[in-house]
Amino acid sequence: MLIRRPSDIQPSEITPRDQYLQRRQFMAGASALGLCTAIATMCGRTAQAAPLQAGKSPLSTTEEPLTPLKDITSYNNYYEFGTEKGDPVRNAHTLTIKPWKIKIDGLVAKPTDYDLDDLIKPTELEERVYRMRCVEGWSMVIPWVGVPLARLLQRLEPQASAKYVAFETLVRPAEMPGQRGLFQPLPWPYVEGLRLDEAMHPLTTLAVGLYGETLPNQNGAPVRLVVPWKYGFKGIKSIVRISLTDKQPPTTWNIANSGEYGFYSNVNPAVDHPRWSQATERRIGEGGLFAKRRPTLLFNGYAEQVASLYNGMDLKANY
Amino acid sequence: MAATRKSSAGRWRSVALGSDPVRRAIYILGMLPAVSTFYFAVMDQLGADPQKTLERTLGLWALRFLIACLAITPLRRLGGPNLVRYRRSIGLLAFYYAALHLTVYTVLDQGLDLAAIWADILKRPYITVGMLAFLVLVPLAVTSNAAMIKRLGGTAWQRLHRLIYLAAGAAAVHFIMLVKSWPAEPLIYAALVAGLLLFRLLFKLQRRTRPNRRARPEAARA
Repeated sequence: MLIRRPSDIQPSEITPRDQYLQRRQFMAGASALGLCTAIATMCGRTAQAAPLQAGKSPLSTTEEPLTPLKDITSYNNYYEFGTEKGDPVRNAHTLTIKPWKIKIDGLVAKPTDYDLDDLIKPTELEERVYRMRCVEGWSMVIPWVGVPLARLLQRLEPQASAKYVAFETLVRPAEMPGQRGLFQPLPWPYVEGLRLDEAMHPLTTLAVGLYGETLPNQNGAPVRLVVPWKYGFKGIKSIVRISLTDKQPPTTWNIANSGEYGFYSNVNPAVDHPRWSQATERRIGEGGLFAKRRPTLLFNGYAEQVASLYNGMDLKANY
Repeated sequence: MAATRKSSAGRWRSVALGSDPVRRAIYILGMLPAVSTFYFAVMDQLGADPQKTLERTLGLWALRFLIACLAITPLRRLGGPNLVRYRRSIGLLAFYYAALHLTVYTVLDQGLDLAAIWADILKRPYITVGMLAFLVLVPLAVTSNAAMIKRLGGTAWQRLHRLIYLAAGAAAVHFIMLVKSWPAEPLIYAALVAGLLLFRLLFKLQRRTRPNRRARPEAARA
């Protein structure tokens, strides 16, 4: 497969080398002092949070300032833990993520239940800094740690008839308060899906960490999907099943409201959500109370790399 | 009586807050959520998206005060205390919160981009409905004083102020329309508004179908 080099980094955006190195030194010093861990603990990370070794991927497509860890870990949409942005950080810490099994089935060579540790090896992790655009009109810049999904799929040997990849989130009402009680905002399990070529795209990532540590539970521990050119809800969290199929798999928000959320859900400022505009977004952690909206970019700024996946396709009809 | 010889400061106070100490307390307590949320916003204590939290909090309190307004008559009819003399203060609080909510949306959220705001009002039903709720509240707030009651006459004034049913309904729908899926909170508020409006409808129907105390003098007259 042709791997396109990202070309959306303007020379002006690149941090001067000496500054960059200073930041590295600062980070090294800070971690030596255990500062990172202390900050992480304050931000509601679980006791399991462990540092991850990961080289920076050349696919890190941005030099925009990172969204503060505190915001990434306290402002979440994860309806299994409640519908308010602050619910996941309050409720997710009790989720048991060890051991973690992932069922691999459908059109693969050998359908099997894998232990997560056997699927993703610590040695292959990379850090990928991606923009994340939520369908609600806000965005973040997140340093994920993970592996390209393509590498995992290749290892599973999809059959020639496989056209789609389907994903499924854990259902565990005992530990997920959003799955209990009278008001169930969504049908469970949360399911998502990609076309096989989207899943195999080098930008598509299975993340197991962020900011150099294992994922906090509220961000989808222990493993989640990251598809940076699609709205955030495509990034399914706490994955327990990956299936290869020949039919387009159902996706949760499309089931909940098919007129508002399509299978593709590519970020597109020209295709509005039926109830609100998608032309602009607010970058979380930027400017606080007086933050200005910024224009949203086609495919969230990854058009150069992914637009060819959708050649000849009507993006308005296939929202 | 002290009221006959008021200092100018005292007169100002009675115009702004009313002379009734309970009304004064309602205004002061009622503005506390606005003061505290603005304070936390300025101190950057409203979390990752302070604009949205500020906007939501103000809107939510506007809806709460509208519901409180609507609850006063049913409360009296069901044998509870008669709080009708505090209704104006509560209604005005609802209006102040709606105005602050709208200000945060236009100034902070949209950065006074009038073209974008106008497009939102025309194209986004939840904004259209929200604007409708606010516009309906404007004449109610303007006529919330004794002079206007006198000028309009009690019946016309009362008829005008029934527009609060529309405002509350629109505000509740506005809340439901801006969230994804069906979370409990906006549904609970909508149920409260629906219940309070339904109470009025049932009360009216019951009066019409069953001859009651009010019907008797008319019969006597005939």
